Amino acid sequence: MRWLLLKDLQILRRSPLQAFLLVAWPVLLAVLVGLAISGSPSKPRIAFLNDVPSDARVSVGTSQLPKIGVSDRICERVECVHVKSRAEAVDEVRSGDVLAALILPADLVDRINSLSTPSPTTPKVEVIVNEEDPVKARLVNDRIDSLLTQANLVIARRIATEGGKFLNLVLDGGQFTVIGQTIQILGLRNSARILQALRPALPPGPLRDSIDQVIQFTTLARANLGTAGPLLTRLTQPIAVDKQVVNASTPPLEVFAIAVAATFTLAFVTVLLVAGSLALEREENAFPRLTRGLVSRSALLTEKVALGVAVGLVVTVLMLAGLSLFVPLHWSRFGLWLAAIVAGGAALGAAGAALGAAAREVRAVSLLAFMVTLPIAFLSLIPSGTVGPGLYDAVKVLTALFPFKPALQAMTGALDPGGPSIAAALGHLAILIAAYGLLARFALRRFASV
Amino acid sequence: MEATGLVKRYGEREALRGVDLRTEAGELVAIIGPNGAGKTTLLSILAGISKPDEGEIHAPQGEVGWVPQQAALYRRLTVEENLMLFARLEKHDDPRASTEQMLELTGLRERRGEIVARLSGGNQQRINIAIGLLSRPLVLLLDEPSVGLDPRQRARLWEFVSALASDNGTTVIFSTHDIQEAERYGGRLLVLADGEALFDGSPDELREAVRREAPEAADQDFETAFVAFLHHRGH
Repeated sequence: MRWLLLKDLQILRRSPLQAFLLVAWPVLLAVLVGLAISGSPSKPRIAFLNDVPSDARVSVGTSQLPKIGVSDRICERVECVHVKSRAEAVDEVRSGDVLAALILPADLVDRINSLSTPSPTTPKVEVIVNEEDPVKARLVNDRIDSLLTQANLVIARRIATEGGKFLNLVLDGGQFTVIGQTIQILGLRNSARILQALRPALPPGPLRDSIDQVIQFTTLARANLGTAGPLLTRLTQPIAVDKQVVNASTPPLEVFAIAVAATFTLAFVTVLLVAGSLALEREENAFPRLTRGLVSRSALLTEKVALGVAVGLVVTVLMLAGLSLFVPLHWSRFGLWLAAIVAGGAALGAAGAALGAAAREVRAVSLLAFMVTLPIAFLSLIPSGTVGPGLYDAVKVLTALFPFKPALQAMTGALDPGGPSIAAALGHLAILIAAYGLLARFALRRFASV
Repeated sequence: MEATGLVKRYGEREALRGVDLRTEAGELVAIIGPNGAGKTTLLSILAGISKPDEGEIHAPQGEVGWVPQQAALYRRLTVEENLMLFARLEKHDDPRASTEQMLELTGLRERRGEIVARLSGGNQQRINIAIGLLSRPLVLLLDEPSVGLDPRQRARLWEFVSALASDNGTTVIFSTHDIQEAERYGGRLLVLADGEALFDGSPDELREAVRREAPEAADQDFETAFVAFLHHRGH
C-alpha cells in the first residue's frame, strides 16, 4: 500500500497546478466562508441625515422633555455615516456603501408634539433602501424596523418618565414650574390630610358628609393612581424577555467560523483527492492490472482514503496554524484537533471513494464531487428555526447521511474548550466511514469491466 | 494453460460459446476474428479479470501476465517510476535490478526519466508489455498489442514479443483482427466469430481450410479468402 501511496504523491507532485488548486482553492473558499460568517458587521452602516433642529424638544402637556438624543442612540446601534443632504444619502445607498439611509425630517418633533393637539399629524421618518437583492432587502427591513422600534421605545420611556413625574405631583404634591413661574401643588395626599384634620372640627351634618365624600375620593384616587405609575412604565415594554438557554454548547462565533472554514478545507481536499485519484486508476486502465493480485480492492480503497486523510490533515493543520495568527486557538487541544481531522477526513475520504467509484473519468468525478459536497456543506450550516420544521427535518436527515456535518461538529468541539465532547460526532463519523467504505467497495465491482 | 467450454453471456447475448484452448510453453497463439468476435472477452477471462459463466480454466496462479489493449500504466510518472512501482508491487527482491532489466529489454534505458505521457504510442506499449512481464509470467496475454503503432514500431514490437517466446519459453497469446499479422507472427491461430471458435491450427492449416471451404476465393489474397471463409461458416 505504501508504494501506491508514494505513487499518488508522485503524481500529485508532478501536477503542480492541480496540487496548488487542490490546496489553494479549498483554503481560499474556507477563508471566504470564515470571513463571511465572522465578519458580518455587528453595526450595519447606515447613512444618517438629521434635519431636526437641535433645539427642538418633544412636549408633554405644557412642558418640554429634556433632549432625548435619538440621533446618538441610533448611532450607538449602527455605524452612522453622516450625510448632508437627501441626494447624498441616496447616492450612498445606490453605491452600496451603506445598507440604507435614515432621514429624520425637520418637522419630526413638531409632528410628534401635534399628537397631543386637536389636529394631530403622523410623525414620519424616511428610509431609503436598495432592494436589488431580495435577501439584502429583507435584512435592511429587519434592521430598520428594529432601529425604529428602539427609537420609539426611547421616546416612550422618556414620556412615561415625565408622565410619572406629573402623576407623583398630583399624588404627593410639590413644586411645578410653568412659563418661568414656580407653583406649589398641594397633591392628593396633602389634601386628604388637611381634610382629615378639619373633619373633627365640623358638626355632624351635610357639610361633614361632603367632607367625608371628598376624603374618600382622595383616598381612592391615591390608591388607584398609585398603580398608574408602574403601569405607565410597563406600557413602554409590556413584555419582558426571560431568556433560558437550553443548549449551552453554542461556540463563540469566531471558533465556529474557523471550524466551518477548516471543515470546508478538509472536505474539499479529501473528497476531491480521493475521488479523483480513484477515478485516475480507471482512466489509466491500471485498476484491472492492480487488482489481478497485486493489491486487493479493499487495500486500494484504504490507500486512497489514507492519501486523502494525510493531505487533508496537512492542509487543515496549516490552515489552522495560519488562522491562529489572527484568532487565538487552544493548541493544548491539538490532540482533539487531530482526532477530529483524521476521523472527519476518513469519513469524507470514504464518501469521496464512493463517488470516485461511481464515475469513469477524473473530470466527471471532480464535477460530481463538487456537486455533492458544496450543497451538502451549505445545507449543514442551516440553523434550526430558520426554515419550516418539515424542511429542516429533511435537511437534518440529508446532512446526517454525509460526513460534512458530523465532521464540523467534531471540529467545533475540538476547537472550543467550552464545547461539548466530540465523542458523539466521532461515533457518527465511524458509522459513516463503515457505510461509505462498503458502498465504495461495492461500487468498485463496476471498475473491473474492461 | 488449458481452458475448456468457456461461455460468457452479457444479458441475452452470448459473447463466448463453449470455446476451448490449450497452449504449450513457448507457443505464439494468435486469436483472430472480426470486431465483436469475443477476442477481448476470451483474453480477459484467461487473465482472470472476468469470470466465465460456464467452463473451466487451468492456469498457474499469478503466472499469467496480462497486457491490455489500452496501456495500463501511469502517464504522469516516468518510465522508470512505472517499472519500479510495478516491480515493488510484484514484490521483487531487487526491484531496481528488475527495472534495469526491463529498461534493457524495452530499449528505453536512455528515456528512463521521461514522463510516459510524452512517449509515442509504440513506446508506451513497450512499457505496457514490460510491466506485464514484471510478473515473470509463464503465459503472456496481449490484447491487440499493435493497434495504433506505425509499421516500424510494429516490427520492433513483434521482434520483442517473438524473442520472449523463443528465448524465454514464454507462451504468448495475442489477439488481433489483422489477419496478415496473425499469419506472420502467430505459430498457431484461433479463429473466433460471434463467440464461436471456428478454427484452431497453424497458418498453413488455415490456408488449407480456406481453400477447401471457399475455393472461389482461394486465388485471391489471404485476407479476402479469410473473409470468404467466415462467410461460408455463416458469419
